[in-house]
Amino acid sequence: MSAATTAVDDTDTAAVRRAIASTARPPRPGPLSAALTFGWRGMLKVKHVPEQLLDVTVTPVMFLLMFTYLFGGAIAGSTSAYLDYTLPGLLVMSVLFTTVYSGVSLNTDLTKGVVDRFRSLPIWRPAPLLGSLLGDSVRYVIAGTVIIGVGVALGYRPDAGVAGAVASLALVVVFSFGLSWFFCVLGLLLRSPNAVMNAGFMGIFPLTFLSNVFVDPATLPGPLQAFVDVNPISVLATACRSLMDGTPDGVAITVSLAVAAGLAAVFLPITTRLYRSR
Amino acid sequence: MTLDAPLAVEATGLVKRYGETTAVAGIDLTVPAGVVYGVLGPNGAGKTTTIRMLATLIAPDSGTARVLGHDVVAEADAVREQVSLTGQLASVDEELTGRENLVLLGRLLGLRRAAARERADELLDAFGIASSAGKLVKHYSGGMRRRLDIAASIVVTPRLMFLDEPTTGLDPRSRNHVWEIARALVAEGTTILLCTQYLEEADQLADGIAVIDRGRVIAEGTPAQLKASVGTGALHVRLLDPQRRPEAATVLERAVGPVTLDPDPAGLSAQCPDAARAATGVAELSRTGMGIAHFSLDQPSLDEVFLALTGHAAEAAATLEEQTS
Repeated sequence: MSAATTAVDDTDTAAVRRAIASTARPPRPGPLSAALTFGWRGMLKVKHVPEQLLDVTVTPVMFLLMFTYLFGGAIAGSTSAYLDYTLPGLLVMSVLFTTVYSGVSLNTDLTKGVVDRFRSLPIWRPAPLLGSLLGDSVRYVIAGTVIIGVGVALGYRPDAGVAGAVASLALVVVFSFGLSWFFCVLGLLLRSPNAVMNAGFMGIFPLTFLSNVFVDPATLPGPLQAFVDVNPISVLATACRSLMDGTPDGVAITVSLAVAAGLAAVFLPITTRLYRSR
Repeated sequence: MTLDAPLAVEATGLVKRYGETTAVAGIDLTVPAGVVYGVLGPNGAGKTTTIRMLATLIAPDSGTARVLGHDVVAEADAVREQVSLTGQLASVDEELTGRENLVLLGRLLGLRRAAARERADELLDAFGIASSAGKLVKHYSGGMRRRLDIAASIVVTPRLMFLDEPTTGLDPRSRNHVWEIARALVAEGTTILLCTQYLEEADQLADGIAVIDRGRVIAEGTPAQLKASVGTGALHVRLLDPQRRPEAATVLERAVGPVTLDPDPAGLSAQCPDAARAATGVAELSRTGMGIAHFSLDQPSLDEVFLALTGHAAEAAATLEEQTS
């Protein structure tokens, strides 16, 4: 197919010369404009490679169905009670899984040489990173909306209504901004997109299960319970539950935001340094 | 080159190390503006590392370089404004369409949205990618991808363009396209720094060549000077009648140069300083009434250049380096 296209198309030397001769250099774009352009690139990728989004949304939806209908009754007495408990946690899981892809796509750019091209442009240095964050946030919102939507279809009704759902989603997205820098560092250090994906899920999968996303930790053995209690994913899930219930847990929300800020404070500078020197 | 002509590249003593390995061991390079300058060397000689330093992607460990009058470290942004890089990998985004790639770069270079779209279409037409403009780049053929890559590098025409092995892995037809584009760029005033492993490519395009080996420049000159320093290519002749090969050998030995007999019983080769001498040799053979089935003139290969300049073969360079370090 490609051979046929090449045969039809041809380089037109006269047109090439006209094209080369015809440009004056425009003024450099501002930092915001450059970052927004990278954001646009991120959106285009969501459009062209929906598989990526599918991967990360299907898993949580699967868990939602399995856990609710297989274990829900046993764990919480009824499937609807379990859905109430677990949905905010699955929202957390669903969006956090998506953050792994920040690292995967950064690594793809790196191995394909696209980063070299961006770095040879006279643009504001952090623009590519901040811009892809914009694109990522669209992914986060979609992933979160899907899981809430499926929950509602199964009968989930948050006490705080739409406002509660929106507030929870916003909190998870903000947390993901912080966490995604960790995966960006992985993306810049590991050799291939697959390695980033494997390492990422190897970390986030157990962390999600060793939290209060699926079960109330009250019945867990002591040391495990202690771990689950301090696991930031538990804290974030607790915060989301409180927002969905309309009884915001100030401590959990503050701790979640502080952890996000801490992650960004540590990993954002490492990301920019690695990005500059790779 | 006159003294007041601005230099496109002026590098002194560039060094880059990666741990134990010294990728570039003190390269000096002077490239006048408005020419194609070839950097010729085998894999692992330090070509790409040198280009990455000159394009401000990595900082040298020591040495200095000025590109179009600006220091590559202290004035990196001023350099970036005037150069573009077409790397060894076709560095275009595979998950976007061809058109989106070009619009993206246009926007990043400061074009307004409409101007970026218009420029993208102009380049897609000129480079013969228009009919696949809306396809994702991952479905492009190697030649198309490479053309898109070069188009992406001239969304705003650079004053200096780094072409890193632009035709490696391309079929002859696509290779010719790339060469045509390079010639057009130079005709419009862009300087090209071309890294290649192929002597033929440097010979076709470059006005001056630096041969590098193990991170150092080991020879510099015009393609003609370089080839002359190597000696030559070879005239290959295949006779109709293998019986007359000894006679032909005597004729070619006298008219052209030292003769070796090919494994093919009807074939023989003579070392040959230039094309005119080869023509004389063929004419002399015909005069004896000898039937010639076929003849050809070979350029000296990079291998021969390397052998002549370094005393070791090009492919062996990397392994030799590993052994000695």
